[in-house]
Amino acid sequence: MSANITDPIEFLKNYDGPEIRIMEVCGTHTHEIFRQGVRRLLSPKIHLISGPGCPVCVTPVNFIDEAVFLALEKGCTITTFGDLVRVPGSKMSLAGARAKGANVKVVYSPADAEKYAEEHPEEQVVFLSVGFETTTPSDVIAVKRAAGAGIDNFSLLTANKTMPGAYEAMASSCDAYIYPGHVHAIIGTKICEDELAKGVSGVITGFTGDELVTALAIIVKKFSEGKPFFVNAYPRVVTDEGSPAAVALVDKFMEPCDAEWRGIGVIPGSGMQLRDEYAAYDARKKYDVPAMNPDYKTACRCGDVLQGKIEPNQCPLFGKACNPDHPVGACMVSDEGACSAFYMYGGEI
Amino acid sequence: MSDVITLAHGSGGHKTGELISEVFRKNLGNEYFTSDDAAVMPAPEGRIAMSTDGFIVSPWEFPGGNIGKLSVCGTVNDLACMGAKPLYLTCSYVIEEGFPISELEKVAQAMGETARKAGVKIVAGDTKVAGKGQVDQIFITTAGVGVIPDGVNMSGAYAKPGDKIIVTGDVGRHGTTILLARGDYGIDAEVTSDCAPLWNEVEAALGVCPGIHVIRDATRGGVGTVMYEITEQSDVGVKLDREKIPVDDAVRGVTGMLGLEPLYLACEGTMVMICPAEYADKVVEALHGCEHGKGAAIIGEITEENKGRVVMTTEIGGMTYLPKPGNELLPRIC
Repeated sequence: MSANITDPIEFLKNYDGPEIRIMEVCGTHTHEIFRQGVRRLLSPKIHLISGPGCPVCVTPVNFIDEAVFLALEKGCTITTFGDLVRVPGSKMSLAGARAKGANVKVVYSPADAEKYAEEHPEEQVVFLSVGFETTTPSDVIAVKRAAGAGIDNFSLLTANKTMPGAYEAMASSCDAYIYPGHVHAIIGTKICEDELAKGVSGVITGFTGDELVTALAIIVKKFSEGKPFFVNAYPRVVTDEGSPAAVALVDKFMEPCDAEWRGIGVIPGSGMQLRDEYAAYDARKKYDVPAMNPDYKTACRCGDVLQGKIEPNQCPLFGKACNPDHPVGACMVSDEGACSAFYMYGGEI
Repeated sequence: MSDVITLAHGSGGHKTGELISEVFRKNLGNEYFTSDDAAVMPAPEGRIAMSTDGFIVSPWEFPGGNIGKLSVCGTVNDLACMGAKPLYLTCSYVIEEGFPISELEKVAQAMGETARKAGVKIVAGDTKVAGKGQVDQIFITTAGVGVIPDGVNMSGAYAKPGDKIIVTGDVGRHGTTILLARGDYGIDAEVTSDCAPLWNEVEAALGVCPGIHVIRDATRGGVGTVMYEITEQSDVGVKLDREKIPVDDAVRGVTGMLGLEPLYLACEGTMVMICPAEYADKVVEALHGCEHGKGAAIIGEITEENKGRVVMTTEIGGMTYLPKPGNELLPRIC
């Protein structure tokens, strides 16, 4: 192999070394990989796995049940990003709850939800706070604003997650990660260096087709050299220290907790919840939400898809009982979900 | 005259007459515009095409146009898609009680101007007023008649493998404009609707290639939906080259931020034309000479393989399917 790669696409097409499994852990990467037809450009020796980086996809059934409970039993107004409305819970989705009279409003940001609460003091407004390091700061800002303005009818139902725990938990499922550029724009690169010290490889990259194939070429080349590696291939956005201001802001309001990831299970310390000082903005505490123990059985194999054990079309429900119009698993709901992207862009050409 | 529309304006009495003469006749009037029960015009020679379309766009006024302009363009373009030179239009208004007459004047003015530009005459109309809250401000339905020149014969079922696919301009601009005009996303961007009557463009294209197989205006559902419709109607496949698809920079920015596909956003001044490969360059050249065809480009071709599917080469040289049209992205865009 040549020392320098002049044409990453040719390089990836012609790769004939040992089999390599590469996991992208960001839903936006997943979507772009399918939208650009990246998989079809790769040598059959290179396998891409769409990991657990879409916040909707990893939101557990419990969380939807809690939101439905708040909407139907407590009469709260649920404000949420649109995708979550269709995610199935153990008994019903939020769309189902809405049909039973629940007040479910789609918003485009937590700030909009907080503003809605301010304008509707007669309603108890709960925002479904899901997402990773990139979105958590805006959830926290909404709480900060509500606290500052004395708004007491606004709270978060949190399912915020952090990536590092997932890197550890999923490390055996792949040979290298495509690290999510926007997450590391917030948290910096130290965590990747720490992972490297434990033998976990990866490359941070951006979201264009060119950035993705460049990152893949770097991964394949470094992998062939046989040593663990880490490269920040997105330096125009990701600095070593990330955004200390955003990290400090989140730390003031939130603390780590254990979190359940749909299809994967509980990953210790991989969630974020509001600190006790802000319990008034924590919907679980404010409304005494009981523990949900859904007796939820489905043939959906989202978890196996997210861990790269099967391709989406190997799930018995894929494209049949489960499709974007009638999603059974969360991965089929969001455009960034592995199954949805596979369904929309997939198949052989 | 009062400042706002009242139920009396829809009663058929003198208030209606006042509205017709002071707002509609003033802006739309021509030798055939009638106060009788039906307009009477000379019959054109040859085959005629006829079409009708309802307009309920929200907001009714947007950068680049308003519901009046849109209601003329929509029907004129539907006729033009069959190769028919638009001759006459009728229009029917449903107006909400309380709608300001000064705003109605703006709508009528835009209709008059657009009709003159398109070379079409508005010959008859109807006005109904609905009580407050029973409609949202103003809805318009137009119907039109046009005449098809000899030798022109187009249908969505006539696309043939090897044909080239042309768009007459950039895609997704009207849909993006409406989306931003609603203000839901809090995004500021300089995007103006492409809303325009396109008979001149169609006439120029037919001038160099009378045998164009298909013309479609890419309104609701955008170019992407048109492509899937053609694959079914003509039982063919479509191959597009993403890099060749013209998209306005601001539209690209907004759709990128929101994760929307510009090919699925509405155009109101861009059509899809499908013609034999040997004529494609000439058609594009002819379009470039027209006011609303400056951005015309060949974006792909009809294929024998991949029947029923739209395949796209991507910016990095990959191949992917264009996802099939999903649920309506935006209600009330036209």
